[in-house]
Amino acid sequence: MATLTATAPRTANVASPGILIPAYTLWLREIVRFYRQKARVVGVIASPLLFWVVLGSGFAHSFSSGGGTSPSSHYMAYFFPGAVVMIVLFTAIFSMMSLITDRNEGFLLSVLAAPVSRSAIVLGKVLGGATLAAVQGIIFLVFGPLVGARVSPEAIGLSVLVILLISFELTALGFAIAWPMDSTQAFHAVINLLLIPLWLGSGALFPVSGASGWLRFCMLLNPLTYGVEALRNSLFPGSQAIFSLPVNLAVTLVFCVLTFAGSWAIVNRRTNRPAA
Amino acid sequence: MATLSQNPASTRSNTGAGSGGPSGFPTLPIELDHLTHNYGNRQALDNLSFAVHPAEIFGLLGPNGSGKTTLFRILSTLMVPTGGSARILGFDAAREPNKVRQQTGIVFQAKSVDLKLTVAENLKHQGHLYGLSGQQLKARIKEVLGRVGLSNRAGEYVESLSGGMQRRVELAKGLIHSPSVLLLDEPSTGLDPGARRDLWQYLRMLRDEEGVSILVTTHLMEEAEHCDRLAILNEGKLVALGSPLELKSSIGGDVVLFETEGDEAATRLAARIADRFQVQPVVLGRTVRLERRDGHRFVTGVVEAFPGEIEGISVAKPSLEDVFIQRTGHRFWTEVKEEK
Repeated sequence: MATLTATAPRTANVASPGILIPAYTLWLREIVRFYRQKARVVGVIASPLLFWVVLGSGFAHSFSSGGGTSPSSHYMAYFFPGAVVMIVLFTAIFSMMSLITDRNEGFLLSVLAAPVSRSAIVLGKVLGGATLAAVQGIIFLVFGPLVGARVSPEAIGLSVLVILLISFELTALGFAIAWPMDSTQAFHAVINLLLIPLWLGSGALFPVSGASGWLRFCMLLNPLTYGVEALRNSLFPGSQAIFSLPVNLAVTLVFCVLTFAGSWAIVNRRTNRPAA
Repeated sequence: MATLSQNPASTRSNTGAGSGGPSGFPTLPIELDHLTHNYGNRQALDNLSFAVHPAEIFGLLGPNGSGKTTLFRILSTLMVPTGGSARILGFDAAREPNKVRQQTGIVFQAKSVDLKLTVAENLKHQGHLYGLSGQQLKARIKEVLGRVGLSNRAGEYVESLSGGMQRRVELAKGLIHSPSVLLLDEPSTGLDPGARRDLWQYLRMLRDEEGVSILVTTHLMEEAEHCDRLAILNEGKLVALGSPLELKSSIGGDVVLFETEGDEAATRLAARIADRFQVQPVVLGRTVRLERRDGHRFVTGVVEAFPGEIEGISVAKPSLEDVFIQRTGHRFWTEVKEEK
């Protein structure tokens, strides 16, 4: 017996890591990886800016919404919240492509084999992607005054809040889509199928009030519609909106919770199939 | 070192063995109990029951598709088995995965390091995932890097390191939380002989100095030779269990191979040898194989009896591959469906 005690296994000196530290570390990794890849930094700032200037000024000459003389009736102003949401949308969802590369490169394996609760993994990854998306959206707000957006602490605070919420819900959506996938090409295909209709049907390009029957119905079902409206409420209080800011914020918040819960459920599926 | 003599006392199942964490009491590091796993209707693991003893290097040897990867996934809590149980230090891998994860260090076959981060950053993230932080983590990172000989590389990006060094970072990652059980999946894949030797040296050091119990999967015979004990798997079944020496000496005498001109000739020759010498040869393609004491004398007899039917002869001491052939009736490397 004495020999057995001598070789008895020692126990690792580890406490349960909880949720916050693992989530923080996964979040941090996401951010560090982002700014170490300079091309990504340049790309996500430059392309939406270009898009907004080219498309926005093109459309502005073709038609105008409303017809009043206030600055917000100008199409560039109408288009501005949509442009912000688009930046956020692309960055948020595509940031979760890292989930697929993490899986293929093996990093995810070591995370899944660590004593970390699955909610910490979802939280860390989603907050990481959401932070990147939100930061870009918020930087883009700088152009707001050029098209007559309201500049006040309240407007800025509200816009930032809305951008944070949109970033979170979209990243969580991206997470849920990316989790079961093992190829970035497949992710691209699915996302392209989803992304453009989601954005076009959000009131970013043309108002919900101008849409007819079924399209209007689809737009009202689109959770992004409420995000775009909430942003428009905050930046251009004078503009016509279907819903008030509290309603739009509430719907967006509910969708945040839903997408996060969805991601969490997908990650926690108990299965006899390989986890990664 | 004399792990063979270890008393396999507590092979009876000890469910949960004290909720406060089974220290002191000699719980087995790894214990499989009728472990079974199916992918759809394909059986990947068939009723495996064996245990890894404390502070030994235990090898899991088998060809591709033998179930090694499946077993590794189950032990690393990445997959729930369809039947039976796998326990690590008394904790069930399927029911208490987080308890198991805290005790186990895992080195995957695939790269798990983040190439865009530095060596130290990789270890910092890994430490955070295992509940280490602050000064304690810093000290531990230093210690682990010293152990794998990478102290002066802490600030370098992992992508700038050689393959051998990246493996060492993987090992350091697996060791960051001082696990008492270490699992390594095909650890020497892609390593040159020097790096491979280093790796085994680290593993022995961990076993001897820290009493870590180590499970290594491998498909390489020469690597399996380094293990204290081995389990040989074939098509999901355990075909042999013991130290390399025990397994090899379980074969009586020498291994004799007769090379013939073709499959039919081999079958014919085997039948005639069996008839004449009262032995049971095995036909492996165009080779006739049998085990025999005093192989060299036996060979002369056979050659004299059947001249012209034999194209080549070899007489050798048994190897682990011979053990595999003896237990399964076929070669180690045969075409087996790829495991997925």
